[in-house]
Amino acid sequence: MSRTGYKKGLNRRTKTLFLTLFLSVLVLLVYASGILIPGEAAGTNIQYAGQPPSWAHPFGTDNLGRDLLMRTLKGLSVSVTVGITASCVSAVIAILTGIATAAGLRGVDGVIGWIIDLMMGIPHTVLILLISFSLGRGLKGLLVGIAATHWTSLARLIRGEVLQLRSAHYIAASRRLGKSGGWILTHHLLPHLAPQFIVGLILMFPHAILHEASISFLGYGLSPEQPAIGIILAESMRYLSSGMWWMAVFPGLLLVLFVLLLDRLGENLRAALDPYSTQE
Amino acid sequence: MERSERDSIHKIRRILGWLVVKILRALSLLFAVSVISFALVSASPVDPVQRYIMGAGPVSQEQQSLIEAYWGVDRPPAERYFNWLSALLHGDLGVSLLYRRPVAEIIAERFGNSLALMLCAWVFSGMAGYALGCVMGMNRDRWPDQCIRRICYLLGSVPAFWLGLILLMVFAVMLGWFPVGFSAPVGILDSEVTLWQRLHHLMLPALTLGLVSLSNIALHTRQRMIDVMNSAYVLFARARGEGSLTLLWRHGLRNTVLPAVTLQFASFAELFGGSVLAENVFSYPGLGSAVSEAGLGSDVPLLLGITLFSTLFVCVGNMIADLLYGIVDPRVREVSR
Repeated sequence: MSRTGYKKGLNRRTKTLFLTLFLSVLVLLVYASGILIPGEAAGTNIQYAGQPPSWAHPFGTDNLGRDLLMRTLKGLSVSVTVGITASCVSAVIAILTGIATAAGLRGVDGVIGWIIDLMMGIPHTVLILLISFSLGRGLKGLLVGIAATHWTSLARLIRGEVLQLRSAHYIAASRRLGKSGGWILTHHLLPHLAPQFIVGLILMFPHAILHEASISFLGYGLSPEQPAIGIILAESMRYLSSGMWWMAVFPGLLLVLFVLLLDRLGENLRAALDPYSTQE
Repeated sequence: MERSERDSIHKIRRILGWLVVKILRALSLLFAVSVISFALVSASPVDPVQRYIMGAGPVSQEQQSLIEAYWGVDRPPAERYFNWLSALLHGDLGVSLLYRRPVAEIIAERFGNSLALMLCAWVFSGMAGYALGCVMGMNRDRWPDQCIRRICYLLGSVPAFWLGLILLMVFAVMLGWFPVGFSAPVGILDSEVTLWQRLHHLMLPALTLGLVSLSNIALHTRQRMIDVMNSAYVLFARARGEGSLTLLWRHGLRNTVLPAVTLQFASFAELFGGSVLAENVFSYPGLGSAVSEAGLGSDVPLLLGITLFSTLFVCVGNMIADLLYGIVDPRVREVSR
């Protein structure tokens, strides 16, 4: 949203479009690499234990001789799966609550507001730990926990938007023309909410990934044999004093880069879809 | 004279009424949290009796059923919930399975440690974040803004535990400036630990937690400051010939400081969440490390106790934020009238 505006070359929209495509391909690549890399490539190989980064092992190897680059990629792929599933479910919950508000039943809105307050009242990390505990710690607990905690801020946004839209003139006009509530919902409300929904979904994605990493770092979530960034970093804690710095640095760095990219993607999309900044 | 007195009585009444509504709402939230967390814990496949027995050595079948009866595990969940709730209302949170001590005692002790950590981080992130936000807002789109903004985006994407790990590695392991963990040197009696030693152990975790929560407040202040600087009254002040510093002092700070404080109070949930991670990295004995231990060790009473306590903590923060918000924004005050 720079004021300097017109720079040479591609304009903002085209740039955003290219960036979006590039990032989507990147996410797909990371996901695919995690699936395509055979288990042996990230397997134990005591012979090469604890090697610093080299051409053969760009990220070095861990205490059991597992190649950290392969393991990190596999971990990121798990993160992508968790992130996509959890943020999609979260976004759907958010839009459903928005629609429930739009239905305009007295009391429903108050109840939804109360539930949102409730979800924001418990620290997310604690709630995810609780949910994960209740589902016996594992991928399922992680997914449910992250999905259950991330919808509130988007739901608030959508709810605000819906409340504003409900009193808009064109919606009042269609109502007077005798259109049903369902028609107004599918023809006016949902198209209007779509950009916000998509941006909210994408911006939720990096958050979900960060939470996934944090929770598996704490020892919940995935089992220790599975590659996940949080687990790799938790393992690296034990080898900090023995000087194996690469175990902590590289996997975390890759995670941060990935999260930053996703965040930028969301912000760019928001700028592209926001009617106030598209003119820039 | 009389009129102003009546007005102030009205005002106090309104604030009291508002407080009562807020407290009732907070109580309803706490009640809901107690139901939800109890339901979640009861649904867990982990059997607390088995866990308890595992810690106590070999136990006969008879003794196991005695323990079950004593704990009331054989009763229906609703009955257990009401038993737990009534004990809770009498101030009894149960006995921790891991520490074999009353949960309330553990929470009180751990919260003292956590409070020191969170307070330091909170003050640091508030002051540093606000200052950086002011610098960014006053230099919109020039190099200081762009540099600091990039750093803020970066800090917003860094997971707290990784930042902690890197700080731990660089400053504690490699440089040796700070201790590696805990809240006091190992092997020294609690009463003999000096204040400096405590602070020394506190610094790295507090820095981690503070840095993670800094970007939020900085970016928020930046936006506020830009809004103020684009306003008509600042344009007029500029036309009168006020320089940047005068503008900042007369208009910028006055219009941005209370919203920033409000935001800080409203972010207690993230603060607590971050402290869980920071405390785990630095093995700091606070509530955050206790809650993850409780979950891993299936210490149900402790887990429930800390969940409720953290909700209370967040609710208090949100209430203060709401109250401040009313003071800050006269429009909100008008509406609530």
